[in-house]
Amino acid sequence: MFAYVVKRLLAGVLVLFLVSMSIFLLFWYGPNEPARVMCDTKTSNRCNAERLDRFTEELGYNNAWYAEYGDYVKGVFVGRDITVAAQTTRCDAPCFGLSYKNGKPVWEDMKDRLPATFSVAIGGATLYLLLGVPLGVAAARRRGTVQDKALVSSFLFLSSVPYYLFALLTWLFFSLKWEVPLIGDTGYVPLTESPTAWFGGLALAWICLGIFGCTQYTRYARGAMVEALSEDYIRTAKAKGLPTRTVVYRHGLRAALVPIVTIFGIDFGTLLAGTIFTERIFDIEGIGLWSLRAVMQRDLPIVSATALFSAVVLIMANLIVDLVYSILDPRVRLS
Amino acid sequence: MSSTEPFLVVEDLTVRFPTEDGLVTAVQDLSYSVEKGKTLGIVGESGSGKSVSSMAVLGLHDARTARITGSIRVDGQEVVGLNEAGLRKLRGRQIAMIFQDALAALHPFYKIGGQLAEAYQVHHPKATKREARRKAVEMLDRVGIPQPDRRVDDFPHQFSGGMRQRAMIAMGLINDPSLLIADEPTTALDVTVQAQILDLLQDLQSEFNSAVIIITHDLGVIAEMADDVLVMYAGRGVEYGPGKEILTRPQMPYTWGLLSSVPDVTGDTDSKLIPIPGNPPSLLNPPTGCAFHPRCVHSDKVEGDLCATTMPAFEQGNSGVRHLKRCHLRDPEVIFEREVLPVIAPELLEEK
Repeated sequence: MFAYVVKRLLAGVLVLFLVSMSIFLLFWYGPNEPARVMCDTKTSNRCNAERLDRFTEELGYNNAWYAEYGDYVKGVFVGRDITVAAQTTRCDAPCFGLSYKNGKPVWEDMKDRLPATFSVAIGGATLYLLLGVPLGVAAARRRGTVQDKALVSSFLFLSSVPYYLFALLTWLFFSLKWEVPLIGDTGYVPLTESPTAWFGGLALAWICLGIFGCTQYTRYARGAMVEALSEDYIRTAKAKGLPTRTVVYRHGLRAALVPIVTIFGIDFGTLLAGTIFTERIFDIEGIGLWSLRAVMQRDLPIVSATALFSAVVLIMANLIVDLVYSILDPRVRLS
Repeated sequence: MSSTEPFLVVEDLTVRFPTEDGLVTAVQDLSYSVEKGKTLGIVGESGSGKSVSSMAVLGLHDARTARITGSIRVDGQEVVGLNEAGLRKLRGRQIAMIFQDALAALHPFYKIGGQLAEAYQVHHPKATKREARRKAVEMLDRVGIPQPDRRVDDFPHQFSGGMRQRAMIAMGLINDPSLLIADEPTTALDVTVQAQILDLLQDLQSEFNSAVIIITHDLGVIAEMADDVLVMYAGRGVEYGPGKEILTRPQMPYTWGLLSSVPDVTGDTDSKLIPIPGNPPSLLNPPTGCAFHPRCVHSDKVEGDLCATTMPAFEQGNSGVRHLKRCHLRDPEVIFEREVLPVIAPELLEEK
């Protein structure tokens, strides 16, 4: 087991190394003028060819890529000093460079936005799991009945609605029409600052993600459960005289959890990497919204940092899924 | 009532499944009985209704998908129409079932010991975990699992095929059931292990004095185990009587067909393997008359088209003893001796 974890971690590190290098090279050889943004900012939009050359030189774009990449990696682990326009900024580890737009170390901005994204993702995922799995189990137990068909078809309809429209409707109904208490102005307020404002600001985003995501999870859970309940060992469990509840949950759901966990791990990783739509619609200053803005402003260090962050999160999610999988299924554990 | 009646009595059992294509009649007008300490063998091809009828004894069919009529009495108690709570008391306690393919029938995520203990605890709610575990170890020991106190913590996939089937049997017998239904208990096993499992079942049966139903398509298993034999075809009983009688003096062409399809390792090579032509009939749209007539090579010996038009009654033949058959043939004994025996077992005739 331990050797397995170590092996997977090492593989993860290797993948991260390759991903970070690819991102770096992509931006290095990409069809753009990376120094243009910083040149514009520092010279109050009076950037000319000569100044652009100077910034290109200062940012290191005239050096060999591997030398710069080495500096970049070193910065990530131990930090480094970056000198631009005769001004030296200390960039502490993990250093992903300085924002071309505001000149601040990328990590400083990033660490302020992580809690917002994590709050949105964890709340939304909790809600869609809590709604989706029990609904899916209930539907599987009533497979073929009118209730089951009604649920499946209405959820299919719901999941065909474009997400932004769905989000808009959520906002219109929950916030404006019904004026549900506790739902405040959308936006992110740190939990430590004001728990009620934190909750109120994120509630709509959670509801939106929760309901939209639960349509998928109801389908997954229903499918997994239908399959599990048709297994021979379910018949054995019934033949033992076990109560229906034990048969369905202890024997059925336990087996159905494996595929659900697998999908959830990857899904949740994607959520953590940035819920761009949700953050944009509900005006939550998280990683997603931040990276979206960075792309539009061509703020390369931020774009590459968020890309790298996504990779880290997805690799971690995969690793955790594999570990959970081996806990759930003893056949994986021992082979 | 229960003192005079056999332990299990099945009367006119009919099991139907409504499907989108129509009503599937999986079992029709099936009657049999088993006494304590006796073994009934149910033989037939796949889809003949063997498993469906036995699952009805445990009430395992979903009430929403199966329509069951007739009567099943276990120790005098009616099972058909019994509520879920009543069924749960019977299942695993009075009637236990052993399934084929123990790898699929055991839960892959739980330890063998846990699954056995669970079966014990559900009917002994006062038993502690430790007692249930001790009982599980004891049962594993009883069915011949080596080092049971260690193997009790193994998962099913760590057991060999034979050991899994033994564990399955241990689980079935953990509450001393009065009736054990073994649904093709040896199908997934290799022959040497098959013999061990059958021996084990026989030993345990004499020890517990339980009634046993063994479902199989293997006539060798029947010859080894069964006191009584019920041959099923297309959901109905077609021949029913004492095992020896059925195997030596069968009166129904389908049973002859089954006997002809058994390879004989001890016999000489003159004996031939003759498969039954055709396929089992559709239960959605069964043939008119005798369900077996489209595949029957002897139907020309029956006057007119009786076989194709009239379902033969399930009645006593000429042999005198309790031996029911469902066939229009007038003199099946003569045809069996003259036409069937010489082909499938010529050495038997030479002895005569």
